[in-house]
Amino acid sequence: MDALTQHGDLIAEALGTTLLIAVLSTVGALVIGVLVTVARISPVPVLRGAAFCYVQYFLNVPLLALLLLAVFALPDAGLVMPLTTTVVVVLGLYEGAYVAEAVRSGVNTVAPGEVEAARALGMGFSQVMRKIVVPQALRAVVQPLGNVLIALLMNTALAATVGVVELTSAANRINNVLAQPIAVYASVGVVYMAMALGLGLMASRVEKRVAILR
Amino acid sequence: MSLQMSDPSSAPVLDLAHVDKHFGDLHVLRDINLRVAAREVVVVVGPSGSGKSTLCRTINGLETIDSGTITIDGVLLPVEGRPLARVRADVGMVFQSFNLFSHLSVLDNVVLAPTMVRRERKAAARERAMALLDRVGLADKADRRPAQLSGGQQQRVAIARALAMQPTVMLFDEPTSALDPEMINEVLDVMTNLARDGMTMVVVTHEMGFARRAADRVVFMDQGRIVEESAPDTFFTDARSERARAFLASVMTH
Repeated sequence: MDALTQHGDLIAEALGTTLLIAVLSTVGALVIGVLVTVARISPVPVLRGAAFCYVQYFLNVPLLALLLLAVFALPDAGLVMPLTTTVVVVLGLYEGAYVAEAVRSGVNTVAPGEVEAARALGMGFSQVMRKIVVPQALRAVVQPLGNVLIALLMNTALAATVGVVELTSAANRINNVLAQPIAVYASVGVVYMAMALGLGLMASRVEKRVAILR
Repeated sequence: MSLQMSDPSSAPVLDLAHVDKHFGDLHVLRDINLRVAAREVVVVVGPSGSGKSTLCRTINGLETIDSGTITIDGVLLPVEGRPLARVRADVGMVFQSFNLFSHLSVLDNVVLAPTMVRRERKAAARERAMALLDRVGLADKADRRPAQLSGGQQQRVAIARALAMQPTVMLFDEPTSALDPEMINEVLDVMTNLARDGMTMVVVTHEMGFARRAADRVVFMDQGRIVEESAPDTFFTDARSERARAFLASVMTH
């Protein structure tokens, strides 16, 4: 820990960047994941197809490849964004596919009869989705969603490879100065572990709170 | 009976004409013609597989039809989309398996559609929902979740939920078939009161006692056809068709 406290400012700033990336892309991934899931069960074939392709693409291309593509290819195509923004967008899109997969399994837990009852009351597709299907699906997949978000948090470390100074990248820099790899990386590892544990505990709590009695 | 209160000159609330439907090779509805006047209670009976549940579900478009027309309150039942949703809002439906929204409280189950579909103010919708829950005897359960109620209580909430939309007609698709025997009567009592209050109702059921007590007309279906239509007294004592008599003999022996 001594190795890190010497560079407290850098670590604090880098941790802030990691959290910023994680929080923003979590919001993005959740929104995208839910929208993609709704598109996948919508009555419009084009939407269903597009959503399917989206999920397949992001599940089957490595995150690192996507990051390199966005950081080096997009500017070539004329789209220049700040590095951190690029990482947030890519990570949100990528994890959105995993969120969509998790939420879709939750949709399968919704009783078809309840959807039918909502339709029989005159509710339209989007109302049924917003008030019945999505709330129930999300409640059913709190734990898997928690795991996706933990994976997302761990994946923020890949931002180091494209030059964003987040926690892992800061550890690299400090190690370059101190040459104490065991102390430096172990300490940073503990920080990641603590954040993941926190997320896991939060997921368990939320799961208990929102569980649906059956 | 509420029959004398209906106005014979007015158009029927419900008018099915030459309705046909197939499930693959199975011809489930054959040339169904059925008119239901305002404030009339029509009970549909028949052996299982006779198409009576399917008939009930076609009326608000939960099942599509192959040919024929369904007219509700003078409006041809739209095939899909918003127009269909608008008609459904005026047609209450009660299912065999209750289908309450399991993530919502009893009160929210009743409040949801009026606020979402009718854009009613929350406070007003809640007030009316409480009155309806009181009417079905469950005002004290407003904060419970569906899973905390018995089957009979859940079905009464489902009736209140449908009534909250102030429907012009109520459809009941075997509302007591999933209930334990001791809970059937609490649901039938609510339905009987509803009939007495002048609600237009189509009820698919195996409860012959209810048919006798509350029906203005009994419709007997067999193999996708309406075989016989008559007043309950006539139907139960003097059924014309052989099949209706055989059906009655089989359900009345126990």
